[in-house]
Amino acid sequence: MKLNGEKIVRYALMMVAFSAVASLLLIAVFIFKEGLPFMMKVGVKDFLFASDWDPLGGKFGIYPMIVASLWVTFGAMLIGAPLGVAGAIFLNEFAPRTMMKIVKPTIELLAGIPSVVFGFLGVMVLAPWIRATMGGPGLSVLAASIILGIMVLPTVLSISIDAIAAVPNTYREGALALGATRWQSVHMVTIKAARSGIIASIILAMGRALGETMAVIMVAGNTVKIPHSVTDPVRTLTANIALEMANATGLAREALFATGIVLFVVIMVLNGIALSAIKGKARKK
Amino acid sequence: MRIPPKVTQVLAVALLGGATLLTVVVLVFVIVFVLGKGLPEVTWEFLSTNPKDMGRAGGILPTLVGTILLPLLAIAIALPLGVGTAVYLTEYTRETRVTRALRFGTDCLAGIPSIIFGLFGFIFFVVGLKMGWCLLSGGLTLAIMVLPTIIRTSEEAIRAVPKSWREVSFSLGATRWETVLKVVLPNALPGIVTGVMLGIGRSIGETAAVIFTAGSALRMPVSAFDSVRTMSVHFYILAREGISTEKAYATAAVLIISVLLVNLIAYGMMHRFIARRAR
Repeated sequence: MKLNGEKIVRYALMMVAFSAVASLLLIAVFIFKEGLPFMMKVGVKDFLFASDWDPLGGKFGIYPMIVASLWVTFGAMLIGAPLGVAGAIFLNEFAPRTMMKIVKPTIELLAGIPSVVFGFLGVMVLAPWIRATMGGPGLSVLAASIILGIMVLPTVLSISIDAIAAVPNTYREGALALGATRWQSVHMVTIKAARSGIIASIILAMGRALGETMAVIMVAGNTVKIPHSVTDPVRTLTANIALEMANATGLAREALFATGIVLFVVIMVLNGIALSAIKGKARKK
Repeated sequence: MRIPPKVTQVLAVALLGGATLLTVVVLVFVIVFVLGKGLPEVTWEFLSTNPKDMGRAGGILPTLVGTILLPLLAIAIALPLGVGTAVYLTEYTRETRVTRALRFGTDCLAGIPSIIFGLFGFIFFVVGLKMGWCLLSGGLTLAIMVLPTIIRTSEEAIRAVPKSWREVSFSLGATRWETVLKVVLPNALPGIVTGVMLGIGRSIGETAAVIFTAGSALRMPVSAFDSVRTMSVHFYILAREGISTEKAYATAAVLIISVLLVNLIAYGMMHRFIARRAR
C-alpha cells in the first residue's frame, strides 16, 4: 500500500511539473489562434509594413507601431545599459564591500516599484520638462525612453553584478601581477570574461522595455505616426493593444491579437538568446 | 599622445562612480517624490472609506481589499503548482532533457510581458470560459504570471537543504515523500516564503494583466465572480483620466509602501535563510 502511495505522489508531481510549460503553450496557442487567421487574411506583409492604422475603416498596418517600439526600446537601452553596466562594474570592482551590500538590495527593492508609478512621474515631471526645454508635446519618444531606461536599470545592474562577480579572482590577480592598473585589469580582463552575462542582462532588459505597457501608454503620447524626432509622440505595439482592447470587437480585436503575436515572437527570440548566453556560460565552467 | 594608465584609472573610477550615484539618486528620487506628495493625503479615513464620485473624493477601501484578495488568490493557486514543480525537479528526477525543457519553459514564461498575460487571460478565462471580468479570472492569470518566480525560488531553497539530512531520513526508513514533507520542505520554508512574497509584490504592482482580466469595477467584491479594482488599476485610472492628481499621489504612496514592505519581508527572509545555511 505504502509503495502505491509513493507512486501516486510521483505521478501527481510529474503532472504538476508540467504546469509552467503547459501554461506557456496555452498562452501561445490562444494568442496565435486569435491572431493568426487575421494575419493571413490581411496578409503578413500588409499587416507588418503598411502605415495606415484605422480599425474602423478596415486598415490594419502596424508599421508605425513597430518603428515606435524599436525607437523607444533602443532609447531605453541607450540610457539603461551604460548606467546599469557601469554601476555593476563600480560596485563589484571599485566600491567597498559594505557599499555593495547596501546598494544592491536597495536597487533590487526598487525593481518592485509598479510601472504605473514610473509612468505617472513621467507625466508629472519629465514631460513638462521636455516640453519646456525641447519643445513638442512633451509626451514623446524621449520621455518614454528615459522612463523605460530607468525602469530596466535594476535588471541590467543586478544580472551584470552576478556575471562580474562570477569571474574568478585569479583572472584579476593575474592582470594586476602583470602590472596593470585596476581599471586596465577591469576593462581588459574582467569585462571580457563576464561579457556573455552582461550581454544577457542587456537583452533581457530589452525584452522588458519592449514589453512594458502601462508606463509607456502614460508617457509616449500614443499618436499613430512614424516619429521623425525624439520629441514626437508615438504609439508602441504594447500601447496599441492596451489602448484599443477595451472597445475592440470582431476584426479589430483580432488585429490586436495579431499585434500580440508580433510582440510574443520577438520577445521569445530575445529571451531565448539571453537565456542561452547565460546557460552556455554556466555549462562552460 | 597616450593617456597614462594612472590617469585613465582615476577617470574610469570617477565616471563609473558617477553613473552608480546617478542610478541610486534617480531611483530614490522616484520614491521620495511620490511619498512626499502622497503621504500627507493618506489618512485613516482615506484607507477606510469608499471612494466617491469615481475616486475624485473619499477613500480607497474597495481597491485596498482588491489588492489584498487578488494576489492572495493568485498565490493560493500558484503555490502548490510551483512548489510541486520544484519538488519534482529536485527530488524525483535527475537532470535529463525533459527537466532542461521544463526549466527553459519556466524561464520563457518569466520573460513574457504582462500585456500578453492580459490578452491571454481575457481570451481564455474571461471570454473562452465565460467567467467574465472577475476576481477569479484575474487570480488565475496572475497565478500563471508568478508561477516562474515561485518555482525558481522554491527550487533554490530546496537545493540548499543539505543532502545528508535526506540520507538520515531515508536511513530511518522514511519514504521519499515522507522525507520531502518532514525534512525537505520545512527546512526550505523561508526560501519558499521569499518566492511567495516576491510573487505578491509583483501582483500588487501589476496593471496590464489585471485590468483586462479582473476588470475595474469600483465596488466592494462579495464573491469570486465579482469584478475588482486593485490599487494599481485605480491609480492608473485616476492618473490617466485626470480624475484627481491628489488622490492619485495618495494612492501611489500607499501602493509603493505596500510593495516595498512586501519586498522587504522577502529579502529579510532570504537573508536569514542564507545566514542560517552559512553556519
